[in-house]
Amino acid sequence: MWKYIPLILFFGLVGFLARGLSLDPSELPSPLIDKPAPTFQLQSLFDSSEYNPESFTGEVWLFNVWASWCRACITEHPELEKLNKIEGLTMVGLNHKDVLDDGRSWLNRFGNPFDTVVFDQQGSTGINYGVYGVPETFIMDKKGVVRYKHIGPISEEDLNTILLPLIEQLKAEQV
Amino acid sequence: MIAEIGQFALILALCAAVVLAVLPLIGSFIVQPQWMALARPAALLQLLMVTISYLALTSTFITNDFSVLYTANTSNTQLPLIYKISGVWGGHEGSILLWVWVLAIWTGAVAIFSKHMPAVLLSRVLSVLGMISIGFMLFVLLTSNPFERIFPIPVDGASLNPLLQDIGMAAHPPLLYMGYVGFSVAFAFAVAALLGGELDSATLRWMRPWTNIAWMFLTLGIALGSYWAYYELGWGGWWFWDPVENASFMPWLLGTALIHSLAASEKRGVFKAWTVLLAVLAFSLSLLGTFIVRSGVLTSVHAFASDPARGKFILYFLVITIGLSLLLFAVRSHKLKSTANFELVSRESALLLNNILLLVACAAVLLGTLYPLFLDALDMGKISVGPQYFNAVFVPLMLPVIMVVGIGALLNWKKDKLKGRQTTLLALVILSLIAGAILATQFDGYKITAAAAIGLAIWVAASSLYGVYYRLRNKRNRLSAAMHTPAAFWGMTIAHIGMGVFTLGVALTSMFADEQTVRMGIGETHELAGYEFRFKSIDEVRGPNYVAAQATFVITKEQNSVSTLVAEKRVYNVRRDTMTEAGIDGGLTRDLFIALGEHLGNNEWSIRLQYKPFIRWIWFGTVFMALGALLAAVDRRYRVAATTQKRARNTKVATGAATGAAS
Repeated sequence: MWKYIPLILFFGLVGFLARGLSLDPSELPSPLIDKPAPTFQLQSLFDSSEYNPESFTGEVWLFNVWASWCRACITEHPELEKLNKIEGLTMVGLNHKDVLDDGRSWLNRFGNPFDTVVFDQQGSTGINYGVYGVPETFIMDKKGVVRYKHIGPISEEDLNTILLPLIEQLKAEQV
Repeated sequence: MIAEIGQFALILALCAAVVLAVLPLIGSFIVQPQWMALARPAALLQLLMVTISYLALTSTFITNDFSVLYTANTSNTQLPLIYKISGVWGGHEGSILLWVWVLAIWTGAVAIFSKHMPAVLLSRVLSVLGMISIGFMLFVLLTSNPFERIFPIPVDGASLNPLLQDIGMAAHPPLLYMGYVGFSVAFAFAVAALLGGELDSATLRWMRPWTNIAWMFLTLGIALGSYWAYYELGWGGWWFWDPVENASFMPWLLGTALIHSLAASEKRGVFKAWTVLLAVLAFSLSLLGTFIVRSGVLTSVHAFASDPARGKFILYFLVITIGLSLLLFAVRSHKLKSTANFELVSRESALLLNNILLLVACAAVLLGTLYPLFLDALDMGKISVGPQYFNAVFVPLMLPVIMVVGIGALLNWKKDKLKGRQTTLLALVILSLIAGAILATQFDGYKITAAAAIGLAIWVAASSLYGVYYRLRNKRNRLSAAMHTPAAFWGMTIAHIGMGVFTLGVALTSMFADEQTVRMGIGETHELAGYEFRFKSIDEVRGPNYVAAQATFVITKEQNSVSTLVAEKRVYNVRRDTMTEAGIDGGLTRDLFIALGEHLGNNEWSIRLQYKPFIRWIWFGTVFMALGALLAAVDRRYRVAATTQKRARNTKVATGAATGAAS
């Protein structure tokens, strides 16, 4: 009977893979959408200043979870650079489960697209934000409410069709 | 026009694959020699057509035909010719077409080089390969057609990601695919064996060189990817446990297990069902890897959801291919009886232990790679698995493999008391540890773990070399005996020593690497690990499709000049991407590594300096392993077997002719 075990295990795996396919981030909104951004109190990657979500109240801000060990983060890096050029959008990076020096060098090497980078070695902020892989990106409105979550690297298409229109809309909203 | 030829050729190739998958297989069951004889020409026709198709796509890149959507998205007039050619597999559609081409090459190679294989076996093997081909060609034609046109025609293309504009990265996918797809041959043999209900040692002997060659390519492909990550991403890491890397590493682990269990099955007739299962699983993981990576080289597990149509197609394909072959295994493998027994201390046991550890290690990597998906699918929360998990699980599983590699090769088949070798082995263990303890003093800051790691690496090499000595111990003329020792034996020894070299590189790099990020102005000097780095100058230079700031550094050690390094920060013209090219002074015992960071104004730059002891040994080790696999694959015995059968057949033909003449 042991000879059936690989087959059974395989079909179990297929079940998960099929579920994985339907876990399309654009179809499955995060439970955080339209809720206030989960709070955190984190130190900057570069100095001893501390930040929390209230630090950005009144601004439209983008919260990008990245790490130096994440290769996909390199793919989305050019798109973050483009976002960085948008007026009225605050770019916040969360360096997730990383080593301080590695995170710094990564930004140094590829360029820093963020206005603020906070550092979370333990990854507990990531857990509160429901991060299940790196990179992920959240967009918060001026009241600090999560309006959008993007799983995986941002592509040029995502940037043009989803992120840019949404950011323009959020910028126009009155507090 | 060229694009249409490419598409049409691919459709013809699909027709050839259908013929290949159906007629020879049926012919092998209803004993129709003419149907079986179709296998070889159909395989070669398929190879020809896919080659035409692939070359057609390449020519749209070379001639800047941006009316083809894929070309317009991936290439650009400014791209140097070499990257136009490699750019063909720089995106999803082209890389899948490359996959199809590589599969056609392997299938064609089996058709050409297996002339002496029994017709029934050959036709089944080629048919199975044809079936896989059908799946992937349909995938290209239905979901990822690289020949699709675009209107209006763009003036210029969007260009290739600068990360991929690199020789190492250009060669990485073809090597990897040669390995991945190469396991399809072992898979096809395994399925053919299950269909026929027997796996004799002649068939196993056919499988071995094919598996070795595929494994060699995969080893080189992974190593090249790792080397590329090291010098191109340039923050000193060489392995990141990224899902994309794991996707190629899992088939490698199982392929390693397969090579070893094939040896036991062929030589001793044991583990036959197990070998078949490994062959099926190794290729299944290659397919799963394709599923995970799917859209090329630089995406993560998240790419699952980026285009559900493609994902679904591959998933159906996985279910059919892997599901059917595992079902076949479940119902038919009882026919593959092992024909021999062995005792607890024997080479068979050592190989079984190697297999179990490699399989568990592979399962651990698979679990870590898919764990975020499992938990999410079960609504049990969302987590991410970082390198910490993999290092914590993987290293303890691999250490015993490395420790016993030399002894395993030294054991006799069936039954061994290690008589006459125990004392020598014990002495080697002690001497290796002492040597490790002494050599570890060469590094700044004595570490007992470093002593152990060096000792382990020496032990692997010493026990492997002792295996050579033991084999030749009773020969009168050792030199001539060494010359007549089969290439396979040397291959094994070299690959095992490669393990030791690799281990040493990994251990020393992870323990003694040093790095600093500093702010430096022109003319300033900084010291790291005993080396003085002087920032000499910064210039602006122009490449074919980029502009770069080029920093020159002079490195000295104790007043002696070591080298002059150039590090660049490039801005590419079309996509405006910034890329840094690190300056590396490579050496046998250490690499010095300079990456240019941000311009801080005032002629000051942020600079990352790194010292990486013995890091090259990691790749030297893999080259040894690949070389070992190659040597083992070209062993005379695989060719001798072919010639003997040929002679037998010629005799038969001659007899037949004689009978014919007589009647």
